[in-house]
Amino acid sequence: METTAVKSNFKSEEYFINMGPQHPATHGVLRLLLTIDGEIIKKVEPDLGYIHRSIEKMCERDSYQQIVHLTDRMDYLSSHINNEAVCLTVENALQLEIPDRVQVIRTILSELTRIASHCLWWGVMGMDVGALTTYFYGFRDREMINDIFEETCGARLTMNYNIPGGLMFDIHPNFVKRTKEFITHFKTKLPEYDTLLTGNIIFQKRTKGVGILSKEDAISFGASGPVGRASGYSCDVRKHHPYSAYDRVTFNEALKTEGDTFARYQVRIQEMWESMAIIEQLIDNIPEGEHKVATNAVIKLPKGEFYQKVETARGELGVYIISTGTKNPYRVKFRSPGFSNLSLLNHIAVGGKIGDLVASMATLDLVIPDIDR
Amino acid sequence: MTNEALQSLISSWIPDLEFSEEESQFLNITVTPEHLHQLMKDLKTNKETSFDYLFCLSGVDWQPELGVVYHLESTTHRHMLVVKVKTADRENPTIDSVCDIWKTAEFHEREVFDFFGITFNNHPNLKRLFLTEEWEGFPLRKDYEDEINMVIK
Repeated sequence: METTAVKSNFKSEEYFINMGPQHPATHGVLRLLLTIDGEIIKKVEPDLGYIHRSIEKMCERDSYQQIVHLTDRMDYLSSHINNEAVCLTVENALQLEIPDRVQVIRTILSELTRIASHCLWWGVMGMDVGALTTYFYGFRDREMINDIFEETCGARLTMNYNIPGGLMFDIHPNFVKRTKEFITHFKTKLPEYDTLLTGNIIFQKRTKGVGILSKEDAISFGASGPVGRASGYSCDVRKHHPYSAYDRVTFNEALKTEGDTFARYQVRIQEMWESMAIIEQLIDNIPEGEHKVATNAVIKLPKGEFYQKVETARGELGVYIISTGTKNPYRVKFRSPGFSNLSLLNHIAVGGKIGDLVASMATLDLVIPDIDR
Repeated sequence: MTNEALQSLISSWIPDLEFSEEESQFLNITVTPEHLHQLMKDLKTNKETSFDYLFCLSGVDWQPELGVVYHLESTTHRHMLVVKVKTADRENPTIDSVCDIWKTAEFHEREVFDFFGITFNNHPNLKRLFLTEEWEGFPLRKDYEDEINMVIK
């Protein structure tokens, strides 16, 4: 009699738990407030701002050359591409004719950046779902790209190699040779990624059918990059709004239709192959010429509004500059891919388990300073 | 659609829209806060415009007006458009939310509320996104007083 009374009184209750800001799977200082019922997620609410540095406000104080340096502190794994975005905005506003050499070198470096970023993502993705070995494979290959960057621009993370008007200095004499060596090396190593993780049955069970995002929702949430493309949404800025040398190379946009965590994983693996194809088309044909065009020491943009979008490793980065004709911008807005991609986390995580949330979050590939600009 | 075709189509929907292509690479529409929500809904649902992708939403302090800039793109037609809305009320600026039209607006509008103090009507969860609830003032406004050099030196 007593036990039935206990049973009828037993009911499950929703409760909150904190995930982060120091949780390893949040890759930085992201705090998620989870409402859960047992193991089932009812709501995910991100709490942001732990490393907000007010980059947009600082930009209003700085000159256009200085702004470039702030941008690699946003998505630090795509720092080269972020720099390029600001430089392109300023160059388009000034209507500068950028030499072919610069455009080709920028494209090669952007694709190397993408591979390096995806290598790191692949390493931590495996780690998030319990496969520690991938981390070392990913970092081994990423290291070669970082060495190329170090030789060329002296930095391994925050490049600052692009300046408005071109490149800070010409490429290192070893650049072409080492890049080719890397491509040869990575072509034999990337299939290992598939052997090690993609085909792993435990990994597939953790990722297939988890965190599904439909194409309509992807567009509505402003998803971009691999997150959007895994849902069948063709959103590659390099295809739709080509910049630098992307209009003179052929490559396939990696597209999947499943929209789940495994599809997002596959899109990134395929993107590494495509990036290698782009580099191979350009590396032997770097045009001769100047590595920059002269700009005024003090750059003043004409009065008006300028917008430029580029494809970073995470998706679409937009730079919106309002100028009043002075040496400082009136307003700068960075439309960062991570910010929009984070906003759909609640949508894909609700109804799943906490372990699924970790897997989904790994393929959103969030970089927190990109969100907390 | 070309900018001219867009302009002639959209101007037939709502009177008193201001069109401009000066000092910008896009067609710009300036709309009053009262007509904003209707215009946005039409832009998304009309088959010919079908602006289904809101790729950027920025708050701007134009001094004295405050406002929001919406960058729109159609993933079917691949044309782009900028919509601007301005309000002269600095004490209590209010604009309709577009969360029900594009889900991405939810986070973006919270960011604008956080940094510019613009309130969005019918927003499901309007509270500060980055700053703490106790934070005084709105840092990205031009008249923000930053006495302790918290934001910029």
